[in-house]
Amino acid sequence: MSDAGTPIIEATGLTKSFTVAQKDPGLAGALRHFFRRRTKEIRAVTEVSFTIRPGEVVGFLGANGAGKTTTLKMLTGLLHPSAGSCAVGGWQPFQRTRDFLQAITLVMGNKQQLMWDLPTVDTLKLNAAIYGVSDAEYRARVDELAAMLELSDKLTQPVRKLSLGERMKAELLAALLHGPKVLFLDEPTLGLDVNAQVAVRHFLKRYNAMTGATILMTSHYMADITALCPRVLVIHEGALVHDGGLDELMRRFGARRELKIELARAVERGALDALGEVLSVEGSVARIAVEPAQLVSVVGRALAELPVSDLTVHDPPIEEVVGRVIGKSQRANHAETGT
Amino acid sequence: MARLLRILRCYWSTSLQAELEYRSNFVVQAIGSSLALAGSIFALSLFYRGAGFPGWTFEEGLVVQGLYSAFAGAIACLLSPNLSRIVQHVEAGTLDFVLLKPIDAQLTLSLRVLSPWGVPDLLFGIGVIAYGAWHAPAREGSVMLAIVAAGFGAIIIYGMWFLVATTSVWFTKIYNATEVLRGLLDAGRFPMAAYPAAYRFVFTFVVPVAFLTTVPAELLLGRGQPAMLLGAAGLALLLLVASRAFWRFALKSYTGASG
Repeated sequence: MSDAGTPIIEATGLTKSFTVAQKDPGLAGALRHFFRRRTKEIRAVTEVSFTIRPGEVVGFLGANGAGKTTTLKMLTGLLHPSAGSCAVGGWQPFQRTRDFLQAITLVMGNKQQLMWDLPTVDTLKLNAAIYGVSDAEYRARVDELAAMLELSDKLTQPVRKLSLGERMKAELLAALLHGPKVLFLDEPTLGLDVNAQVAVRHFLKRYNAMTGATILMTSHYMADITALCPRVLVIHEGALVHDGGLDELMRRFGARRELKIELARAVERGALDALGEVLSVEGSVARIAVEPAQLVSVVGRALAELPVSDLTVHDPPIEEVVGRVIGKSQRANHAETGT
Repeated sequence: MARLLRILRCYWSTSLQAELEYRSNFVVQAIGSSLALAGSIFALSLFYRGAGFPGWTFEEGLVVQGLYSAFAGAIACLLSPNLSRIVQHVEAGTLDFVLLKPIDAQLTLSLRVLSPWGVPDLLFGIGVIAYGAWHAPAREGSVMLAIVAAGFGAIIIYGMWFLVATTSVWFTKIYNATEVLRGLLDAGRFPMAAYPAAYRFVFTFVVPVAFLTTVPAELLLGRGQPAMLLGAAGLALLLLVASRAFWRFALKSYTGASG
């Protein structure tokens, strides 16, 4: 479709605002609202710009209501941008041309396209007809994907009899039957147990390596992002606050490292406090947050002064990092607006 | 075209399969359907025991009744189940999946589901038309004309129905509106001559049920005028274009393209 250099997804100043009705509480409010509508414009996404190259797997992070789904809907042509523009594979998504729709897919963890009462195979045949997939191609793709998803013996069971994890895998199979080049995944592991999450992650990783498809995914499970996405976009209150490598995100915002010390015998609490902020002490194990500039000297001091039997340095959990990204941009906003 | 037929076959076979999945439901529905049918025949016989309608013999009235039953069956097979599905799509947010498929969304929303429950009504209606036309009798060579008129009638009812269905994009709960539509269509059970002039005007120009049953019946019986067919054709075209335009407008509103 396009070579590795040119972006496959391009968002420039992408903005979406919604007009929502404002109503005072109670009957009086309802009556006033009936005669005179007051509306308010709400910005869901504000001037978001980024590019994604073919084959990239990009994580899209942000709190609930941050604007992730709105952005995905603009990129898939389900919402028309209020301002700015976006292009996917060279197409304008909101025109929803047939070629564009053949090239993309959208999987939503909270909605399903499988026919509830029928076996998965019926949805697959229907999608094959809609996307114009030939019989030979259909057989080859279903065999391959079902094997990868370990779903081969479940395809003839009614969807309502499948477990949640199996259903999500079947959703993926139905969504990938036409061999889309760009995958938009909105919370694909929502509500799944750990095993099923791992299976979906593993599948997406293999699928990306095998087909070179581009993936933009949102998830609340940080393990999804750390396992799959070398690059992350962080969106907060509709604005993009970070675009870069996952490690860079950790460096920029997760500045403090976590020192885990196992002690041979108990020590004074004061000795630990001297090293940095003590996060926890459980039995003989202490966790201490340390600024990276002081890491070397702190480790040196700990080894010299304390009865250390084991010492490891960790990155903080990514939930905490994203929380800090959001916290920082919130503080910056408040400083600007003086609130 | 071949692709469309393949899709339509998949749509209809899967929707019939889904209905047949619940076997006990199938039995209950089949019983309900045949009871309704028996009631319909009984009501019909009672009604025509009286004076009947001015200018319409019993057999001629049967043709109108048959057309009404056939339309009711077709509506139960296609229009009603697809309409309730549009409402579901809007409520559950799965309209997105329809819009993301490389196939015309109006086509999918109009023809996605085929329900078997209208088939008895449809067959009964056709039987009654045939009986009435044989005994009335119908004028020779007017059968084709009547079929064309009934075809326009089908497009007219589809257009009205889809216009109403499209409003579900804004007002999710539109079951009531369709009940009103269904009630008005009941007026098509009898020849237009059964109604006072003011009603006739409404049923011809406002809610054009006259074009569903009375017009094809009159053409079949050889007393229709070409102007009627022309009017039906014009109205069918108008409603088809209007339903298309309104759907596009609704879609713009759904995706926020108008704002």
